Amino acid sequence: MEELCTGLCSVLTETGVELGLAYFLSLLAGVLLVSGVPLLTVIILIWIERKVAARIQDRIGPNRVGPVGLLQTIADMIKLLSKEDITPTAADRVLYNAAPLVSFASVVLLWAVVPFTPFHYGVDLEIGALYFVAIASFGTLAIMAAGWASNNKYALLGAFRVVALLVSYEVPLVFALLVPVMLAGSMSLVDIVNAQSGMWFVVLSPLAFVIFYISSQAETGRAPFDLIEAESELVAGFNIEYSGMKFGMFFAAEFLHVFTNGIIMAILFFGGWMGPLYYESPLVAFAWLGAKGGLIYFTTLWLRNTVPRLRIDQIMAFNWKFLVPLSIANLILISLALKVMQELGIAPRDMLSASFGDLLPATAILLVINGAMILYLLGIMRKRGREARRESRDARAGYPQAAGAARH
Amino acid sequence: MNVLNEWAFVGLFAVLAPVFPALPIVIAWLFRPRKPNVLKSSTYECGVETIGDTWVQFRVQYYIYGLIFLVFDVEMVFLFPWAVAYNEMSLFGFVAGFLFIFLLTDALFYAWKKNALDWK
Repeated sequence: MEELCTGLCSVLTETGVELGLAYFLSLLAGVLLVSGVPLLTVIILIWIERKVAARIQDRIGPNRVGPVGLLQTIADMIKLLSKEDITPTAADRVLYNAAPLVSFASVVLLWAVVPFTPFHYGVDLEIGALYFVAIASFGTLAIMAAGWASNNKYALLGAFRVVALLVSYEVPLVFALLVPVMLAGSMSLVDIVNAQSGMWFVVLSPLAFVIFYISSQAETGRAPFDLIEAESELVAGFNIEYSGMKFGMFFAAEFLHVFTNGIIMAILFFGGWMGPLYYESPLVAFAWLGAKGGLIYFTTLWLRNTVPRLRIDQIMAFNWKFLVPLSIANLILISLALKVMQELGIAPRDMLSASFGDLLPATAILLVINGAMILYLLGIMRKRGREARRESRDARAGYPQAAGAARH
Repeated sequence: MNVLNEWAFVGLFAVLAPVFPALPIVIAWLFRPRKPNVLKSSTYECGVETIGDTWVQFRVQYYIYGLIFLVFDVEMVFLFPWAVAYNEMSLFGFVAGFLFIFLLTDALFYAWKKNALDWK
């Protein structure tokens, strides 16, 4: 984007446009170009999501409008445009109308730092990773505002759950995000991708990826963490009072957020645009990023359509008593192991210039540590599972004492 | 592009980002029917009318989670510079970071012990 902006700026000044205006126009062109990517993909994403969900549920999915139903989203958009927009008289008008805008804008804003190829990105902020966390939490705020402003008990219950759920899962998310930042020694997303030229970070720290994956699934409010809009208990949760295009915006924001998280995971853990022949053409690099992000996106859809919803006490216990301690332990163990290896000279201090061979011993040791941790965790889970099964069996058998113990 | 230009880009992006969702809503405003009535713009209540005011006080459990989150949120802001400088640090740098994380993890275990993490 840099070249484009400065290039366009100089062309415009040569044709006699004032410098300030030329600067603004070139910046505007850059913004429109970068934001065009998410705005166009969201139309395809809705179709993909519905098609995948349909296939998993043994249905055909949209197949009437256009070839294989590809124009279904357009038809839906036209329908939404013609729908009456109802603002409840009891609602807080300003917040109520601002919430869908904030929700969608927060997701589009994330794309400003996404590096599509080594040279094509909106901006390469020095604090890219922090920017991602900060902007993503605006979405939480929007859902909370929507639920509260609707002045509806179901919507408010959804908003309450946002406070508990989304905010809680941000803790393991950021602790997992610290691992790639630490390995790359930079918060810039471009640097993080470049640092993976030797080895993808998912190989160095698979556990951090798993934690990031689970918590980003919770952040987008998808099953098994879809408590904020749990259809069967809250009707529709925070967006119950919304109709027409405003509802559509929440809908589009959620779909886009899931895909954006897939892309971010591809950048942080799967080497972003890296892949065979990526240096040949920016299109190849772009395709690699899209393919990796798309694959992760597909697995999240898969998860969403196969896993049942959890209870809120289970979700909160899983986060605070399992995921948070685990993410902290993971961060400490990885940083200790890597630091000791760096002091001994086994691991390189600079990932940017480290080749595959330089990283092999460090990778092997980190993988062993991660493997040991995963085995230990599986042991804990097995023990907990057995206890839970025993408790429910005892409760069924009618031991009042055991049933009381099961409630804690 | 220097730092100022980068943030000018982000700033312009932030100004334009709410415009994208606002555009279809405005277009819909031009087309959509307007026939409001009292029943239609009343609060949706799914059969049985809800009792009392909706804007009530939160249950305290949500606040407790919020408070614990705040501790970690602030901690993480301090950990980001630590993570960035990690590769240039000696072993002592790790020890310092570890102590910092340990002290705050201590708070988590205190809350755990006090059953603040249990959903009641």
